[in-house]
Amino acid sequence: MSAFDTVVHLIYLLCATAFVLGLHLMNAPATARRGNQVSAAGMGLAILVTLAVLIQGQEISPYAAWALGLGTAAGAVAGLVAARRVRMTAMPQLVSLFNAVGGGAAALIALGERPASTQAEVTGVLDVLIGALTFSGSLIASGKLAGRVPGRPIVVPYGRWISLGLAVVAAVMAVLVVGFDGGVWALAGAAVSALAAGVLLTLPIGGADMPVVISLLNACTGTAVAMAGFVLESTPLIIAGALVGAAGAILTKLMADAMNRPISAIMAGGYGTGDAIAVAAGAGSAPVREITADDAAIQLAYAGRVVIVPGYGLAAAQAQHEAVALAQALTSHGVEVVYAIHPVAGRMPGHMNVLLAEANAPYEQLQDLEESNPAFPRTDVALVIGANDVTNPAARRPGNPVSGMPILDVDRARSVIVIKRSLGHGYAGIDNELYSDPRTAMLFADAKAGLNALVAGVSAYAS
Amino acid sequence: MSPLLLADLTVFTLGLLVGFEVISKVPATLHTPLMSGANAIHGVVLVGVMLLAATISTPAGYALLFVAAFFAAMNVAGGYVVTDRMLAMFRSRS
Repeated sequence: MSAFDTVVHLIYLLCATAFVLGLHLMNAPATARRGNQVSAAGMGLAILVTLAVLIQGQEISPYAAWALGLGTAAGAVAGLVAARRVRMTAMPQLVSLFNAVGGGAAALIALGERPASTQAEVTGVLDVLIGALTFSGSLIASGKLAGRVPGRPIVVPYGRWISLGLAVVAAVMAVLVVGFDGGVWALAGAAVSALAAGVLLTLPIGGADMPVVISLLNACTGTAVAMAGFVLESTPLIIAGALVGAAGAILTKLMADAMNRPISAIMAGGYGTGDAIAVAAGAGSAPVREITADDAAIQLAYAGRVVIVPGYGLAAAQAQHEAVALAQALTSHGVEVVYAIHPVAGRMPGHMNVLLAEANAPYEQLQDLEESNPAFPRTDVALVIGANDVTNPAARRPGNPVSGMPILDVDRARSVIVIKRSLGHGYAGIDNELYSDPRTAMLFADAKAGLNALVAGVSAYAS
Repeated sequence: MSPLLLADLTVFTLGLLVGFEVISKVPATLHTPLMSGANAIHGVVLVGVMLLAATISTPAGYALLFVAAFFAAMNVAGGYVVTDRMLAMFRSRS
């Protein structure tokens, strides 16, 4: 190994260290931003060193240099514009889109590289299959999240059989590549069947399961990038791919646990199609107690401790600013306020936290399930906004669609106010027993309008 | 199995284990920036595309290279910037 090669490899090692250190610094909100910057610095260094390798090697043809340069410039501009313009509510679809192109690039690497060994052939096929599947799957997921593809589960006729057929085609192509030197056409065939499989796997998955799907696709992209690293014998790709694969796997498990649904059932799709409603016998339509915005405001203003429980409905109504305004009004009146955030409160892991942070909620007030649950018994008012299934006490009993799902113990607070437009069902399609609890009062209003009325009421009583 | 493949597999496995260890300590509050930041890290695929460029010499290859470079650069540039934007919003009480 020449001195140049040695230096290059040492610098790649430094870059990999920066990635790990960057992820490590993400373990607290105070250091997370620096972590991302450390990681970005490592990335910049890796790209510069690779540029030096290309210049020193002098093997690159002028056309290839132009294609690489123009593609990189155009892609960087597209990425920067999207990253700067995106609204925080649209974050899940943008992350999905970036995930898609990462997987696509990894698949293209294996399509463009002539495999030098059996190892490169095997990992190349894996790269193409996983990368192409992630590419089309993430695009569909991104479209669903953005509303361009219907968010409800779409059941494809004979979907299972088509998937099986595609798997067989992919397997045949893989054998052709590895066993019979099938070359680029067999690889392309594998790519096409994986692209179709990605679409077919993502279409039947419904809105509530999206956080799991994006996490899983994220893990797949990581794996595809690592496979590209095996093909090119490039250590930084292998390490970065493994790190992302691990991150995606952890988030997938956390999200599936938070919904108490096995990953296999989520991938089978169809949840939220309405099948579950038939099962819903539950408590029936027990009477609920209504409350006016003025009375609710008084109750909040005279509380010692208030927990705000935001759900997806809050994000859908874009009412996070109003929620934070209420929290600020209460805090300045001397009330202790925290937010209790369920892991699946948004459309992707942790989404609700970002929305509240954007609305200026200090991160000390953002509490997760484990942190917030023990404190509900000493909470005067729990204010539930747009959250449903994650607060249903029925989850503690066996024998219903939400059984076993970890919930926020809202019903253990001294009193509960629920802002909701109607008594509609959540994704699980069953009655929420919390609503008929004698300690619960329902404020029937749109999240935004209801919160504005509460802010006005609290300000009036506080002055 | 070649020694090279063994070395690569070792690196991959250890990378997974380090990833599990480091990432399981990230609090739920930061899961969105974590995913977005991890997404940016797999933008390292741009390094792979650059290495690939040295071996390409056909018109179809150039087209593939352009698309791959576009995808990878979008992933890496957009990923880091959007993660930074999000993390800048996480402010303390003080």
